[in-house]
This record gives sequence, C-alpha cells and structure tokens, in this order.
Amino acid sequence: MIRTDKHLIACFVFAAAATATGLLVENAYYLQVMIFIGINTLLALSLNMLMGYAGQISLGHAAFYGIGAYTTAILSTTYNISPWLALPAAVFTAMAIAYFVGRPTLRLTGYYLAMGTLGFGIIVNIIFREWRSVTGGASGFVGIPPLEIGSFAFDTDRRYFFLVWGVVLFFFIICRRIIDSRVGRALRAIHDGEHAAAAVGVDTAKMKLKIFVLSAAMASLAGFLYAHQIFFISPGTFSFLASIRIVTMVVIGGMASIWGSLLGASLLTLLPEWLHAFADYEMMIYGLVLMLVMIFLPQGLTRGILDIYENSRKKNDK
Amino acid sequence: MKYRNDSGINDNRAEKRVLPFTDNRQPDNIYPMLRIRNLKCFYGQIMAVKGITLSVKEGEIIALIGANGSGKSTLMASVSGLLPTWTGEILFEGKNLKGMDPPAVVKSGISLVPEGRLIFPPMSVYDNLVLGAYTRLRKKAREDVQQAMETVTALFPILKERFSQPAGTLSGGEQQMLAIGRSLMARPRLLLLDEPSMGLAPLVVEKIMDVLELLRSQGLTILLVEQNARAALTIADRGYVFETGSVVLEGSADELLADTNVKRAYLGKDYEEFDDENR
Ligand SMILES: Nc1ncnc2c1ncn2[C@@H]1O[C@H](COP(=O)(O)OP(=O)(O)OP(=O)(O)O)[C@@H](O)[C@H]1O
Ligand SMILES: [Mg+2]
Repeated sequence: MIRTDKHLIACFVFAAAATATGLLVENAYYLQVMIFIGINTLLALSLNMLMGYAGQISLGHAAFYGIGAYTTAILSTTYNISPWLALPAAVFTAMAIAYFVGRPTLRLTGYYLAMGTLGFGIIVNIIFREWRSVTGGASGFVGIPPLEIGSFAFDTDRRYFFLVWGVVLFFFIICRRIIDSRVGRALRAIHDGEHAAAAVGVDTAKMKLKIFVLSAAMASLAGFLYAHQIFFISPGTFSFLASIRIVTMVVIGGMASIWGSLLGASLLTLLPEWLHAFADYEMMIYGLVLMLVMIFLPQGLTRGILDIYENSRKKNDK
Repeated sequence: MKYRNDSGINDNRAEKRVLPFTDNRQPDNIYPMLRIRNLKCFYGQIMAVKGITLSVKEGEIIALIGANGSGKSTLMASVSGLLPTWTGEILFEGKNLKGMDPPAVVKSGISLVPEGRLIFPPMSVYDNLVLGAYTRLRKKAREDVQQAMETVTALFPILKERFSQPAGTLSGGEQQMLAIGRSLMARPRLLLLDEPSMGLAPLVVEKIMDVLELLRSQGLTILLVEQNARAALTIADRGYVFETGSVVLEGSADELLADTNVKRAYLGKDYEEFDDENR
C-alpha cells in the first residue's frame, strides 16, 4: 500500500514535469523526440510486464507493435474508417492473435520460448512485407490520417505530445495497480518458480496467457500512436531488430521496473540522436554504451542510479 | 504389518511376512480422507509409480519412506495435481481428483509443501505467505486471510520478525518454516509435506516435527514424505515403505521402527548394533 502511494506521488511529479515540458518546449524537433520516447516507453512497459515481471521472454514483440500500426493504417486509410473505431479493432486484433499464438507458445520456456516468439515476429514481418495489395509491401503504407476529436485535431507536435504522454501516464498507473495486486504477486511467483507457483494454486498457463495478451494490447496501442504520428509506416520499423531494441530497452532500463521502462526507452531513443554527430562511428559507440551500462549497472539504469544515490547518501551520513 | 512383493503379483514364497497389525487406535469403519488405489504415474513412457494403494484417515499422520527415486515425490505431485499423467484412483473426501489442476486441488483442501521448499526468493516473507492464500484471496476473504496470517505467525513467530526481508535471505530452517506457513495459508485439511527435514540440523528437524504434531492436534491430517525415517516414524501413526515405485511394507509406526529391514535400510543402524539388538 505504501508503495502504491509513493508511486502515485511519483506519477504526479512525473505528470507535472511532462506537462511543463509539453508547454515550455518550443522546438519541434525536441517535441518529436519526446513523442517517440513516449511511444517507446509504452512499448518497453508492455514488454516489461511480460518479461520483467512474469519472466517470459519475447523476441517478437515488434509484431504486435506492427499489427497495431498496420490495422489502423489499413482501416482508417484504405477503408476510411474513423481512427477511433480502428483503435479498438487494432487492439482487439493484436489481443486475438496473441491469444492464439500464446496458447501453444507459452508452454515453452527459456531459450525455446525465445525461439518461438522470434519465429512469430519474423512471420508477421514477412506478411507486412509481402502482402503488398493490403500493406503496401516493402515500400510502406502512406497517407495515414491524423487523429481528430470533432474539429480538434492532434495535428501539432504539442498536442500529440500530450496525447502520448497522457496514455503513458495512464498505463503507468494501471500497470502499478496490476503489479501490486494478487495478479502481480502471481506473476512474480511464476517468474521465481513456475512449479512453486503452480503448487500454491496459481493457474500458471492462464496467467501467462493473460499477461501476454495484455502486453500485446499495449504494444498495439503504441503502434496505433506511432502510425497516426508519422502518417507513414513500413515493415522495417517492426522487424526483428525492432523486437531486439524493445528487449534492450527493458534490460537496460531495468527488469521489473516501471520507471526502468521510461529510462530504457529514453536512452535508446536519445542515443542515436546524440550520436549522429559521430557519423561512421555511431553504431560502434551505441554498442559500447550498451556494453558499459550492462557491465557497470547489471541490474539496469533504474537500480543502478538508485544504488549510486543510496550509497552517496550513506557516505554523507557518516 | 504387511509385506508386499515388488512385482505386484502374488508370490507365495517371498515376503509373506505378515506381522500382526497392532494399530488399533483407528477404528476401521472410518472412511479414509484420502484413498489412493492402484495409482500408476507416468513420465512419458516411464512408469515411476507402479500401482500404489494407500489411505490416510482423518486426523492421522502418515509417513512415506523409501530410497531416492522410489516415487514418493511423484505420488505427491499426482495428488496435488502437478502431475496429470496418472491412472488409478485418488479420492479425497470421497471426491475423485482425476483431471483436477493444482488450483482446484488447493481449493478442495489439499496443500503441498514441495520438496526443496521452493519459496520465492526475491519476494518478501510476507508476500510469500500471502501467495499461499492465492486461491482464497478474493475481496471478501481479506479478513479470513488476515486470520490465517495470524495463525501462521503464532506458529512461527520468526516469520513475523522477517516479514519484509526477501525470503531468499532466510536460513534453511526458516525457509522450511516459511514453506510450511505458506501452505497453511490456504487453510488445508490435508497437508502434504515432501521431505521437510532436508538439509536441516537435528534440532530444527525436531522443532518442525513438533509443529506437525501440534497441527495434527488442531485437526490437520498429514501425509509426510521423509528420508529421515526415524523423525517421521516417531510422530506418525502409520507408515508405508516405498521401493522403486511400489509399496513393499506398511504398518504402524512402532512396528516399522522395530522392523529389522527398515532399521537396516532407513534408520542408519550399522550391522553390529543391529546384530546386538537381535540377540
Ligand atoms: N520429470 C521427470 N521426468 C522423468 N522422470 C522423472 C521425472 N521426475 C522423476 N522422475 C523419475 O521418477 C522416479 C521417481 O522419482 P521421485 O522424484 O518421485 O522419487 P523420490 O522418491 O521422491 O526420490 P527422492 O527421495 O530422491 O526425492 C525416479 O526414477 C525419477 O528419475
Ligand atoms: Mg522426492
């Protein structure tokens, strides 16, 4: 309970900071970067629920991101359906696919689960690429409409910034509630020992499937937000490498940590932007930074920063 | 006491050493709480339990002893729903457990303290205990769970002192207490324990056996798997001896403690001492 209160305070502080940022920052480029950080945070959080808390790895998470983006793109562009109707359709599609893929796949564990989800991600990506009449194929899908409520359009970066971060904040609160509930305890139990979790009466198969479906729903929502932000999507954004990037955000930020998702997503979104200046060396430095973080902060950024903070406080007390 | 032969086929030459059944404390007309008949358990093609029949009456402590790999844990897994691949009959309070998954078994009143404790190490002691009440913890049951928590902490005060500590940092004995406490949180009527004395000092084993006796006096029925045959038989009413998936001997605890074969195989007496006693 105390944890929940603390979290609520943190959420307030975070919301205030986000609001101030949204109001004060004028530079369109910064706003855009922060919108992408928000979308990536949602993605990382979705995978963190599955991987960090329930301990089930997925190397195909970008598939759900893509399913969200492509479903809304096809419905709202090709069929002229309102994006607000396309949204539930996109989320529902992702959830249904997660359900049918998850049922057999989640029986696997460890490396085998990694391979299973990897295969799923690759298949979905091939469908995006090859089903040209519907998805536009490798050259991508253009002309996705912006989001509007009546005459109010989310057509400026500032408005979109508030939309995305509002959604992120909403899921911070929802996820925290799940984690602190009976369900959250069951998820961590599955992580720590599936056999033991079953022995105390947790329906492990059902619970894993539930969290997989929730995770897919959140990822597809991120895909929806992405598609209506840049109006153009292509299969590359949802490839195997994208899945790996989401896993990296979770691991770098901190497993089983909501704020870790934010830190991991921020670092992995900002790094490439900062490193543009290094041109040819960009990817090398990128890799090096990730290596250093893992070597010196093996528990991820969140735990690492907290440890450093606590240590310095202890020193000051002396 | 009845000796049974390995093959399960009647063989009049071997092992027909039937001793008088001296346990008359339990009248025979009590319908057993747990009745297992001709249980066969499979891991793929391998049959690990080969047609076991046993019963546990309400209020009893029953000990299962036997060598490594004789199928004791397999039997426990079958009863608790963790291993669904078995044939035969397991009746709990008259209800067949066939096809029930672990949550359903826990709900019906059976809790397992698994072999090797299997606590959740990074989680706090408190969270571990609350997880024990997982199948009961709906909104309405809050108070009920709180009460169970008090009962458990009264039994193991040390757990209360360690409430917020990660369970993995407890000592082996404390972890075993936590594992027992966790399974009591589900308010079982039948408690299955798989080697609770594993790796514990004699004094701690004694403490745990005392707790089991106390629980029995409060109305709990207990099925206890033990390598530490002496400790188990000391508190048990009856016992079964397993060998490679079959029951080879059953009888009252006193009879088993006195039985020469049991002494030699499970009570760690050396031959000299053993000869002395038989002189
Ligand atoms: N998951 C499994 N897959 C295949 N065989 C198994 C499995 N688990 C146990 N067995 C086999 O079943 C037999 C019985 O094992 P079980 O764990 O029930 O023995 P046990 O009596 O509990 O032994 P111990 O005293 O060492 O705990 C053994 O031969 C074991 O190798
Ligand atoms: Mg065993």
